[in-house]
Amino acid sequence: MLAFTLRRAIQAIGVMIAVGIISFSMFRFAGDPVNQMVGMDTSSAERAAIRKSLGLDDPVIVQFGRYIGNAAQFKFGVSYQFRLPVSNLLMERMPATLELAICATIFAMLCGILMGVYSALRRDSWLTHAFQAISLIGISLPTFLIGILMIYLFSVTLGWLPSFGRGDVVHIGWWTTGLLTLSGLKALIMPSITLGLFQMTLIMRLVRTEMLEVMRTDYIRFARARGLTTRAIHYGHALRNTLIPVITVAGLQFGSVIAFAIITETVFQWPGMGLLFVQAVQNVDIPIMAAYLMMVSLIFVTINLVVDILYTIVDPRLRSTISRAH
Amino acid sequence: MTEPVLSVRNLQVEFASRRGTLRAIDSVSFDIAKGEVLGVVGESGAGKSVTGLAVIGLIDSPGRISGGEIRLSGLRIDNLPPEEMRRVRGKRIGMIFQDPLTSLNPLYKIGDQLIETIRTHLNLSETAARRRAIDLLAEVGIPAPEKRIDGYPHEFSGGMRQRVVIALAICAEPELIIADEPTTALDVSVQAQIISLIKRLGRDHGTAVMLVTHDMGVIAETSDRVAVMYAGRVAEIGPVQDVVRNPLHPYAKGLMGAIPTLAGDDKRLVQIPGSMPRLSAIPRGCSFNPRCAFAFDRCRVERPEPLPRGAQSVACHLYDSVPAESAA
Repeated sequence: MLAFTLRRAIQAIGVMIAVGIISFSMFRFAGDPVNQMVGMDTSSAERAAIRKSLGLDDPVIVQFGRYIGNAAQFKFGVSYQFRLPVSNLLMERMPATLELAICATIFAMLCGILMGVYSALRRDSWLTHAFQAISLIGISLPTFLIGILMIYLFSVTLGWLPSFGRGDVVHIGWWTTGLLTLSGLKALIMPSITLGLFQMTLIMRLVRTEMLEVMRTDYIRFARARGLTTRAIHYGHALRNTLIPVITVAGLQFGSVIAFAIITETVFQWPGMGLLFVQAVQNVDIPIMAAYLMMVSLIFVTINLVVDILYTIVDPRLRSTISRAH
Repeated sequence: MTEPVLSVRNLQVEFASRRGTLRAIDSVSFDIAKGEVLGVVGESGAGKSVTGLAVIGLIDSPGRISGGEIRLSGLRIDNLPPEEMRRVRGKRIGMIFQDPLTSLNPLYKIGDQLIETIRTHLNLSETAARRRAIDLLAEVGIPAPEKRIDGYPHEFSGGMRQRVVIALAICAEPELIIADEPTTALDVSVQAQIISLIKRLGRDHGTAVMLVTHDMGVIAETSDRVAVMYAGRVAEIGPVQDVVRNPLHPYAKGLMGAIPTLAGDDKRLVQIPGSMPRLSAIPRGCSFNPRCAFAFDRCRVERPEPLPRGAQSVACHLYDSVPAESAA
């Protein structure tokens, strides 16, 4: 078990180094950084001095080593537009994005699993058909459109919910949370639904298919032949088997929820990392873009690792094959 | 005569399909007495398994029991409300399926599955149920049951898993066990063990057993009586020695002729020409007539009804109004 975790961790580090190469090369392909920092009238001697002071005349491999070394300590340089360390900017924005992503995922899991189970067990009920229709909308309508439609309905027409921002936030150490104030909670509702809708439909469809599949298996038939209650069969036996693939998908989707937050954050002017990234793209602020890439990859890789470990906890078969293999 | 544990009368099962209703089981009747093992034999698709599922009330839509009645110790069970039928399943009727590898839920310890089933049917505490589960595992021949009870299904071999499945089927002391091809997925050496286990359990507890299989060897070894099924009907039913040594129905004759013997004679095994008709194309008259060497005009028009013939009963026109001597 420990060896398994360790091996996966080493693989994760390998992935991160690969991402580091990509993010490092962004600096080299996006033009000369010195040109972007200095004015038109800077002499070439001054340019050379800046280049030397920034270490840009060192061999590429040395520069890369320095970049990775700094990145490992969460030092990503200084933003061109804000003239502030990128790591500070990201740290400041991260709580907003994570809170949004977590709320969206909880919403997606909760509704997705409930709707999926219901539509698998009551295949012909009108509610099932309604769920199917909703899932079609969730899968086919683009996120920004749903966001804008919701703003139009709930903010502009009904005036129930704020159309942008996080509302009032409370500082807990370096973390800021909107979960403790009413306006913060209200501000979370629409962005979470917008962001989570796609995942919700995905999970709902997955749960439905898996559950129908599981209900056809021999052990469910045998459970029925043993006279277990319908409740025990559906929720004890079928659901647990259904949830194994759902955990993987939902876990991996959490990474894309964070990545997709870029669009939702733009629509709702949510002060998170995604919005920071979009602004960075508009201003060619490469340090922020590179750091964002590294952060999102780190989150992806970490989630992957956690999902792998979770898997072994849920499925006893995996536990013993892993311990046997080492 | 005491009341049979299971009594099936004119059972009829139909499946609704796009091309009309298919009759999978047609007027099947049989009894199983206390402690008796009835073997049900026939080719794939003859309706053996469906009969078993009908008895335990697990025919899934689009199938349904469309006629006849099933009585368990006198109580009619084919039309019980679902919740009452659920209480009968597992408590009064136990079922064993073909593939022990897939019959157990892979995510739960076998002990948990046993305890869950025991506590569903018997009013026992967790510890009492666990003790009973250990006893059951010991009874079905699992070594070191107090240790193995905490194992997961994948930690057991096929034969051991089938023993666990049997323990699950008998955990509430049912009056009837339906074993649907219980040995088909197992090694030959393990088959014999499982067969003798089922036989012993039936004898020790006075349980009636309905043993569904296509293996005549298993039937000959285990059963007291045997029912030969063909295209959803019982072709012949009777004491196992009679049916094996002196089959009456041409189809049963063909089946018995297809059993290899150890005597080593070089005679080719008898093969029944053709194959069983599909449910959508069952011929008029006797469903066996296109494959039957003895078929005559009446067989192509009129469906034969079961006729008593000594201890046996046979559904064949050959035995209608023909003196017993010339037929045998």
